[in-house]
Amino acid sequence: MKRFLGAVCGASVLLAVPAMAETTLTIATVNNGDMIRMQGLTGEFTKANPDISVKWVTLEENVLRQRVTTDIATKGGQFDVLTIGTYEVPIWAKKGWLVPLANLGADYDVADLLPKIRDAVSVDGKLYAAPFYGESSMVMYRTDLFDKAGLKMPEKPTWDFIIDAAKKLTDKNGGVYGICLRGKAGWGENMAFLSAMANSYGARWFDEKWEPQFNTPEWKTTLTTYVNLMKDAGPPGASSNGFNENLALFNAGKCGMWIDATVAASFVTNPKDSKVADKVGFALAPNTGLGKNANWLWAWSLAIPAGSKKADAAEKFIAWATSKDYTKLVASKEGWANVPPGTRTSLYQNPEYVKAAPFAKMTLASIDAADPNKPTVKPVPYVGVQYAAIPEFQGIGTQVGQQFSAALAGSMTVDAALAAAQSATEREMKRAGYIK
Amino acid sequence: MARKSTTQRVVISTIGAWFFGFLIFFPILWMVLASFKTELEAFAIPPSFLFFHWTTENYATVQERSDYFHHAMNSIIIAGGSTLIALLIAVPAAWSMAFSPTKRTKDILLWMLSTKMMPPVGVLVPIYLIYKTFGLLDSRIGLVFILCLGNLPIVIWMLFTYFKEIPRDILEAARMDGATIGRELIYVLTPMAIPGLASTMLLNLILAWNEAFWTLNLSTSEAAPLTVFIASYSSPEGLFWAKLSAASTLAIAPILVLGWFSQKQLVRGLTFGAVK
Repeated sequence: MKRFLGAVCGASVLLAVPAMAETTLTIATVNNGDMIRMQGLTGEFTKANPDISVKWVTLEENVLRQRVTTDIATKGGQFDVLTIGTYEVPIWAKKGWLVPLANLGADYDVADLLPKIRDAVSVDGKLYAAPFYGESSMVMYRTDLFDKAGLKMPEKPTWDFIIDAAKKLTDKNGGVYGICLRGKAGWGENMAFLSAMANSYGARWFDEKWEPQFNTPEWKTTLTTYVNLMKDAGPPGASSNGFNENLALFNAGKCGMWIDATVAASFVTNPKDSKVADKVGFALAPNTGLGKNANWLWAWSLAIPAGSKKADAAEKFIAWATSKDYTKLVASKEGWANVPPGTRTSLYQNPEYVKAAPFAKMTLASIDAADPNKPTVKPVPYVGVQYAAIPEFQGIGTQVGQQFSAALAGSMTVDAALAAAQSATEREMKRAGYIK
Repeated sequence: MARKSTTQRVVISTIGAWFFGFLIFFPILWMVLASFKTELEAFAIPPSFLFFHWTTENYATVQERSDYFHHAMNSIIIAGGSTLIALLIAVPAAWSMAFSPTKRTKDILLWMLSTKMMPPVGVLVPIYLIYKTFGLLDSRIGLVFILCLGNLPIVIWMLFTYFKEIPRDILEAARMDGATIGRELIYVLTPMAIPGLASTMLLNLILAWNEAFWTLNLSTSEAAPLTVFIASYSSPEGLFWAKLSAASTLAIAPILVLGWFSQKQLVRGLTFGAVK
């Protein structure tokens, strides 16, 4: 009997000790280098938080967007942390789909986030996502080819200079093309570049009353310049080139210049991936003297969907992954050149980072030059540099991108492409109730 | 002379067939080759065909980053399960429609096929909500169920056309000899329909293995099959072609091997019956 009582007492003591309840976070992310690195370092987070385990769902960007949109719209609760861009944050926050990040911890230092990036992931002053890495776009160019042609890249080049230089650098017989630009249709592909380029030419997507503006001379100048430039100095088949195709061309030494995401800088200067790693220079995206450069602003950010039942643990993870300490952790394991760029002021004040990343100064200057709240020369009713942050934009942007890609491929004229873009956009905006 | 020209024709058509076969197989071969290259060589311009630094590093990285066997097992369970259930439903359905047709049989067949004409994305949100309500999101049962329903019209149609080819007289003769429906199905119909059943099963297995819309949208991690495994290696910002190729090679390997060993049945089944 005694033995039995003892056993019962022992069991109750064991039961009374609260079992360490393990929370499993499901994190949806894209397959970009910095995210893969974060995945690899998750062990450090779980070591510090033994009550939390992490499951990763890595998907291609468009698949991920569709997947998480379905889940969040139906409050499916399949994910606890989402990787989303600056386009989604304002739209989803206004719909009440995201949990505001108010408990990132005392040492998180929100004030250290780059102001432009912080604005892009905040709504009404509240942070709805924490930026994991930020990017703008800039000119990457081959210093050796510039020297050979007797050219000198200014820090703030104009489009006239870029066009002239592209023609001079082109040696089609030698397989070198003056400039590589995005041509593949998609709101995040060619339209990211072309919208930013249009901003520098004084064009805009919509006027203050949401009327589409593709029938304006500014858009005509933009598209004509782009198509002619690519015809004269671009690689063949450019209408199917996106970021990755151009990266492959640039790394193989086929492009004199490439205007694209600032994150590409670490790829083109990495001798393991690039044949021209030691011959790359950087400059701000071109302008036409109207006060806006042709550069965009984007930040892959971590957010918590409103359907998650594990918001506290999720916020802990987000605070860890976007903290200054995480940057130091990556630097200690993989070197300073591999830390996620474009989110914190302190990173650009760190002499070790500036030394390891020759593109740091220009990345920061590019991010500072983009303003999502005032993206164009003339006033606009929307937020976003290379996109208009309204739910309809994805569909419209891709339709317009298809017309412009066709103009680049030569299967339709610039005028026809602009007219088609105008009518498609008008139709969608009427349907959505923005205009009558 | 006639003999010579025939030999010539055979040689030419053989070379032609090999050429077209190679042309069709080339993308798969290129993918396999790319999986043994370094990332730098994978996008080299001009590309190198065989003379590059062969490496198995990509396979090691892929296995280290994601659990291949977990995804492969899910694919086997989901594709196999949905095929088996589809066959269990389709055999009696096709049998009754082939041998005891009614006025409405044709309409039913067309109606079944019409469900395949709707783009799946059109019903994504309602299905997602139903799955959420019944707790089927990210479950193997849920995926088996949806893939089975998705492929059922094709399976019934294929079996229906095979069964139609079987002479009714044979079945009637069996009945005359006193065979029950069960005996008739097992001892008379099934042996005659084996090539048709085998090719339907294989085709359905391949369709279910490759299905990427529902498997990507209704699974997260626990039930994620190989389609999700491949999708995780496609990147919008970064060149991971060699790793993507390695992941794709691993994903198609099991079904490729299965197809290789069963190609005889597959061809026989596809050339038998009305679906040619």
